[in-house]
Amino acid sequence: MDSLLEVDGISVSFDGFKAINNLSFQIGERELRAIIGPNGAGKTTFMDIVTGKTRPDGGMVLWGENNTSLLQRSESEIARMGVGRKFQRPTVFEDQTVEDNLMMALENDRNPFKTLFYDYTPVDQEKVADIASNVGLAQALKRPAGELSHGQKQWLEIGMLLAQNPKLLLVDEPAAGMTGDERKKTVRLLKKLARNHAVVVVEHDMEFVRDLECRVTVLHEGSVLAEGSLDHVTNNKKVIEVYLGR
Amino acid sequence: MTDLTMPTPGPGNEFGGPLTRFLIRHPSGIWFLGLLALFTLGITVLSEGFGLDLISTSLVKTFGKTLCFCLVALAMDLVWGYCGILSLGHFAFFGLGGYMIGMWLMYARTEIIVVTAGAYAALPMTKDEIDSAIGTQIFGVVGGSEFPAIWTFAHSLWLQFLLVILVPGLLAGVFGWLAFRSRVTDIYLSILTQAMTLALALYLFQNDSGLRGNNGLSGLQNLPSLESTPQSVVSIWFLWASAFALGLGYITIKLIVESKFGNVIRAIRDDESRVRFLGYNVEAYKLFVFVLTAIIAAIAGALYYPQAGIINPAEVTPIASIYLAVWVAMGGRGRLYGAVLGAAFVSLLSSLFTGGQAPNISLGIYEFQWVDWWLVLLGITFVATTLYAPNGLGGLFDLFAPKRRSGDG
Repeated sequence: MDSLLEVDGISVSFDGFKAINNLSFQIGERELRAIIGPNGAGKTTFMDIVTGKTRPDGGMVLWGENNTSLLQRSESEIARMGVGRKFQRPTVFEDQTVEDNLMMALENDRNPFKTLFYDYTPVDQEKVADIASNVGLAQALKRPAGELSHGQKQWLEIGMLLAQNPKLLLVDEPAAGMTGDERKKTVRLLKKLARNHAVVVVEHDMEFVRDLECRVTVLHEGSVLAEGSLDHVTNNKKVIEVYLGR
Repeated sequence: MTDLTMPTPGPGNEFGGPLTRFLIRHPSGIWFLGLLALFTLGITVLSEGFGLDLISTSLVKTFGKTLCFCLVALAMDLVWGYCGILSLGHFAFFGLGGYMIGMWLMYARTEIIVVTAGAYAALPMTKDEIDSAIGTQIFGVVGGSEFPAIWTFAHSLWLQFLLVILVPGLLAGVFGWLAFRSRVTDIYLSILTQAMTLALALYLFQNDSGLRGNNGLSGLQNLPSLESTPQSVVSIWFLWASAFALGLGYITIKLIVESKFGNVIRAIRDDESRVRFLGYNVEAYKLFVFVLTAIIAAIAGALYYPQAGIINPAEVTPIASIYLAVWVAMGGRGRLYGAVLGAAFVSLLSSLFTGGQAPNISLGIYEFQWVDWWLVLLGITFVATTLYAPNGLGGLFDLFAPKRRSGDG
């Protein structure tokens, strides 16, 4: 399997606390992967490093076929290279319409001069309309995003990620605050997404991870504790000790 | 101008150029231009120079200057109301624009005076003599006669026009680049912009700054070689020029905020890190807006100071930029007509109440004097507006108009 993202020996500490400690693993193209671990295991810090928000003290983050380093690049550059991020709380631009939100996310030139003279082409309109109907917001295109319900905002954000069309999608605790029905829908969506994109789901809800039926990486104190199928890792002695056995 | 057609073709979209279609889609632009034209025509008809002589020339100038304030308020609204950068230094760019045009006005007029006086001398003056006489005339007040290097282009109106754009643009570019790339935001950025304008003022206050220290540049209302044209006529020219610049500025900024670029800067205002993760270079957008608004402010200043007649470093002290923020906040930020309303309303009231014309109110035991109390009233109104009517004066329109999405206007 070709690796899309390779994290090699990264470490980062905040005020002496080692949030990430010599962490290494790989994500393949179009792979669905779950990352689990107790609070403080370094899940969010890992995402911050990959997306360029936090700079590691050491190690390498390599991306794509040519093994381009993602370190020293800005968040926007990394996003343009194809890393998308879904936050735990839905973050959409509430002042703007659903359509404007999706248009902004659509993969187009992000240069200021290009957006200044950007023309809403029929092709782009159709793409936006498609995405909106995919996430059940076809009727809400002209509504301000702030008027949407919590669930609809989640879907809008997912729609924005679809519009952005990243190669790798980092999803932070998608199941948080969701009803059983919504969770099933989300599982289906993530699986569908993984057909065309690599998807990394950070989650500590074990049932949700089980439904994803994918490879699981267990983080503990900033490094990989175990990796494999969910059954494999849940039977791992060390994992039981630090995470499950309490 | 690129076509900015919106997704849904509606009635009226089939004819006319892109700009016409844009205005039809955003009728507030037509309203604005129409009212502005009416206002300008009305003043002209009532003026001393071109009409019925019902409005004094000094009042015409007040209105002309107010239009310049409206233009700089538009710039402030773009940078603050739409992009979320609370700049408390944009009056520095306004002042710099004034200084740049003032240098030509002063040089060219002094040159004419010197040459005219020289014509009566026994021997024709050499070029060096003329230069040194102009220098003495201009810099005698700060004890010099040499032209500093910054006056190199002062002989040419066109080069100084260029400097009106280049100098503030460059200052904003360098300042913005340094500040934005270090991710200085919010209140810290506001403080930095205050420091910028304060530093500029302190520099200009020095006699050896090359811009006549605290004397500033004066006599700017006299246009070189048009000395015989009465001020009543010149004031109308400037009123029209200011109105034209304001109209052009309004449409330009309206086009910007209604474009996808406008969506991106509103998004930056609301959640800039999210915009980064969408792949937009937030710093580039901020820098673009900062520099553009600095240039608009400079153009407004270049039109303002020939009407005011004098510019000195006190004009770019931090308080001026704070007033600018007050105008925009009271007019309602994030809507262009709000900024214009706020600037016009508050600046006109300020000049009314601080000019000493407004009659005092006798309260029996206490004589209420507007001059003393105006700033206090303004301060209280500002706080009240911020707390209870965040949409400002422009918010009044929402009471009459059907519910619309915020940020539109």
